[in-house]
Amino acid sequence: MEAATAQVALEGVRTDFPILAREVEGRSIAYLDSAATAQKPAAVIEAISSYYRNSNANVHRSMHVLAAEAEALYEGGRLKVAELVGARAGEIVLVRNATEAINLVRFTWARENVGPGDTVLITAMEHHSNIVPWQLLCAEQGARLEYLEVDGQGRLDLTDLDERLAGGVKLVALTHVSNVLGTINPVAEVAERAHAAGVRVLVDGAQAVPQFPVDVGATGADFYAFTGHKMYGPTGIGVLWGKRELLDEMPPFLGGGSMIKAVEDDHSTWAAVPAKFEAGTPAIAESAGLGAAADFMTGLGMEAVRAHERELTAYALERISAVSGVTVYGPADAAERGALVSFTVEGIHPHDLAELSNREGVAIRAGHHCAQPLMRRLGVPATARASFAVYNTTDEVDRLVDAVESAKSIFGA
Amino acid sequence: MDPLYREYILDHYKNPRNFGDLPQPDAEFEDRNPLCGDEMGVQIKLEGDRISDLRFHGQGCAISQATASIISDELKGKTVAEVAELDRRFIAEEIGIELSPTRLKCGLLSLKVVQGALLGTDEWPSGTPDEDPDAADVARLRNEI
Repeated sequence: MEAATAQVALEGVRTDFPILAREVEGRSIAYLDSAATAQKPAAVIEAISSYYRNSNANVHRSMHVLAAEAEALYEGGRLKVAELVGARAGEIVLVRNATEAINLVRFTWARENVGPGDTVLITAMEHHSNIVPWQLLCAEQGARLEYLEVDGQGRLDLTDLDERLAGGVKLVALTHVSNVLGTINPVAEVAERAHAAGVRVLVDGAQAVPQFPVDVGATGADFYAFTGHKMYGPTGIGVLWGKRELLDEMPPFLGGGSMIKAVEDDHSTWAAVPAKFEAGTPAIAESAGLGAAADFMTGLGMEAVRAHERELTAYALERISAVSGVTVYGPADAAERGALVSFTVEGIHPHDLAELSNREGVAIRAGHHCAQPLMRRLGVPATARASFAVYNTTDEVDRLVDAVESAKSIFGA
Repeated sequence: MDPLYREYILDHYKNPRNFGDLPQPDAEFEDRNPLCGDEMGVQIKLEGDRISDLRFHGQGCAISQATASIISDELKGKTVAEVAELDRRFIAEEIGIELSPTRLKCGLLSLKVVQGALLGTDEWPSGTPDEDPDAADVARLRNEI
């Protein structure tokens, strides 16, 4: 039944994406790089365009009709994305991207709660966006950065988690879904064990929110960061969800207009959350686009999205693994994975593989995927990665496999 | 026949010339291309200010490794001053194709480490598009789009 649902969702969906009509090298583009950024449905493009054509004005404190429409579009984006992830709108802080969401926590909560000798615990499968901010924080605060390692199947090694949490850890920061291995991490279990030790948890949900139903409260996270452009929305907008009591206690992030209650000559008081964290004119068009993206995803149904992508990932795992000379990274079972497959081919560098795939109109990514610590542990300089979204088909996976075979024959590998 | 992955390139990739270790080198340098993760090192023997012998070592994509192999014989006998003058045009002539902006650093990495060893520079060879790509590359990228 799930598969049938996925096929139905898939049927109508390709025509929602104008860019998929493009041809590359004389063939329709097989876009297998959605983990980097998803393509945009027409409704998202139209929402952005319509804001500029019909409703452009600044938000906050204006009486005219355009300003009211702009405000409704901006706040509407917040409301729709809140509904998508089971949050209240007042807990949704709109920022530039997931990276900025994580850095917001670094500069506010973490500066007040992570001190000399404390530890920030991250994992070996983090994206640089959930590593570098903590390296900088730890250097600044005299704190330690430690890693949870990854086992041979691409899963987090949690065997000594409780002992490590008891040793001065103040924050666990981990990804919900690895952008290289595809691993879906047991964030609720990690959060429960962290909370039992009095440790806060930040989850990077950049890959998760586009792929399956996410209820931020059910993840157990204290902070949950994600980005618009990977969930079919525009670039330039992302989300930090936080528990309201934490957001209320935190100092502001950037100072400026809109984030204040009153400005005296020598000090200011702060607006209520989430405005306290949204200084300056916000990304209004982008929020309108984000709202349209949330509507699009809600319309498809995230269970149906997951069913389709899991089926496609299982197919891709089976077909790519069957090619001789191929090594696939991450869990073998698609049920434990997000919608991507990272792999290497004996004798062919991933960049050569990506370039040759492009000759066949197949767009994949090759490189370290902003996860150099993980690459070192895997013992490879780079991998090739095919990632999937609602618009991808088994036919496109077949084209990728053909491109890999073709590259092998060119290289004699 | 693919214009980039020709037999000439693939042969040098699979059977690289002048790869390995050189005992007691007069100059050496290593670097990487963060884009592809290509790694390249070079060891050089000098006679006066002329390269008498050199060996590359490293791992990476076909373009980076084949280019090192292809230029290795051409570099022998060149003076330090001559090496300093080499740029992307030299690489294009040697490998017989103008690399696209996305692959240019792969092709220039071997020249970069040779210049690094002999000139003590950590700069990319002249003409490398970096954070500030030159106008020609921008125009070319736009044309490709």
